[in-house]
Amino acid sequence: MKIEAINENTCIVYLGDEIHEAIAEKVKQAVVSIRRSMADVVLDLVPSYTSVMVCFDLTKTDRFAMASRLRQALGEPVAESEQPGTARTIELPVYYAPEVGLDLDDVCQASGLPMEDVVNLHTGCEYRVYAIGFSPGFAYLGSTDDRIAVPRKSTPRLKVPTGSVGIAGTQTAIYPSSTPGGWQIVGRTPSKMIDWNSESLALMQVGDRVRFRSIDRQEYIDLGGTFDEL
Amino acid sequence: MSFEVLNPGMLALLQDTGRVGYQHIGVTTGGPMDEHAFLWANRLLDNALDAPQLEITFGKLSLLAHADTCIAITGADLGARINDRQAPPWRTHRIRRGDRIDFNTPVAGLRAYLAVAGGFQPTFKLGSCATVSREGLGGFDGQGKKLAKGDKLPFNPGTDEIAAAVPPEDIPDYRQSLRLGVIPGYQYPHFTPIARARFFSSAYEVSQNIDRMGYRLTGDAVHSELDGIISEGIAYGAIQIPADGQPIVLMKDRQTIGGYPKIGSLSALGAGQLAQRGPGASVSFYAMDVGEAEALRMIFQHRLKTATLLAA
Repeated sequence: MKIEAINENTCIVYLGDEIHEAIAEKVKQAVVSIRRSMADVVLDLVPSYTSVMVCFDLTKTDRFAMASRLRQALGEPVAESEQPGTARTIELPVYYAPEVGLDLDDVCQASGLPMEDVVNLHTGCEYRVYAIGFSPGFAYLGSTDDRIAVPRKSTPRLKVPTGSVGIAGTQTAIYPSSTPGGWQIVGRTPSKMIDWNSESLALMQVGDRVRFRSIDRQEYIDLGGTFDEL
Repeated sequence: MSFEVLNPGMLALLQDTGRVGYQHIGVTTGGPMDEHAFLWANRLLDNALDAPQLEITFGKLSLLAHADTCIAITGADLGARINDRQAPPWRTHRIRRGDRIDFNTPVAGLRAYLAVAGGFQPTFKLGSCATVSREGLGGFDGQGKKLAKGDKLPFNPGTDEIAAAVPPEDIPDYRQSLRLGVIPGYQYPHFTPIARARFFSSAYEVSQNIDRMGYRLTGDAVHSELDGIISEGIAYGAIQIPADGQPIVLMKDRQTIGGYPKIGSLSALGAGQLAQRGPGASVSFYAMDVGEAEALRMIFQHRLKTATLLAA
């Protein structure tokens, strides 16, 4: 573990240097520990694959006190009861079809697999939320099966519809809002990834587990899915 | 009690000190591009230091006052006038019902702040009214909209009896070329000594590509040993070096995580001075210890709290 100063009110804790389940688990534990014991001075936490960036209130503490408290907080084991997210798995319904999976045909071609196999491989494993960023609620999930690990599009789309499910190499993600983006879109979920009026705001948190469930057109419509946003 | 927007100008946004506590779900902070100017405006009016204000970029904003009040203008000199008289920045101005406030174009600096006694009455989203248009958050409506013609900007009743000015030693000259301290950090060890020397000895120019997310600079290219990094949190003021070697300083509306190598970070006050520079301005960097950044911030906070205001 390394704690480094970034600026007068920010430091970053590195918990490893590769994208790995075990390091992601440490990141998740670190967030729980820091929130538990340092809420009086922490303004913002930004967890990612291998690190947690910590913004603190300079009127209440300084970098020396932060480093010492972080070392202490991260040295203490997190009790079982404080790991509410450990067993949390989110199942996300996805309609996989070319009318919403704008790059589904390209992914089939690039992987040399029929559509059914692409869908089965994408729904066939459990993913971990490694990081959230890019836009509010945009969750980076890993890892996709190597057989469908298709690289980003060479030219990004100017507008990717809300709910689009994309692949970029061994990562997969859902676009919570309509933004530009270069991921290969294979389907769309009717679920809201971000809701400013809900208690939890974002459907996913770093450390959550996610499974995709293939739904048909009718179920997609029944769950509120739309087609008009192109 | 309100101002009516007669002309929104280029870009006028409602800002408070920013949306804190939601970066873990990818929500950026927003907030004033120049904290120094923003905080002084609230101090002048004896407002809460985080009271919402208008951030006026470039100018051309025109407002009509529907009530008596007192305003403070700080930051850039955008050639503001109240009716037909000049309204210089860094001081308060009494406003009478029916007065017109017109901003022209930059004389010095790029962003002016307009605070009103008692503060504006916005809609709070996730604890803040800081406008981040890209995320659809903040502003008077809570939906992230910039000011538009016809908008009514409600404010709280406040005194119109204040006449105060910021002491001259606390007023920066935005026309000076800028030399900013950089706290080495992040991937700094992956830049060779030659690359570091180039970065700290070159003059960079502010490019046309500047907005509330980031400031792209042009000048001597700097390269690290890394193509990309595992995405990590981006601090306010962090300096990204993409593959073309041209630095990008990440500002208030930055994305929360990113995968480009970073050579270090500015202090918040340093980034605020950069935010007052437009295309063509010259910027150079020196290596600054984080302790210096901390000390400068503490001195600023102390001045803000204790400095004696001048009578205006």
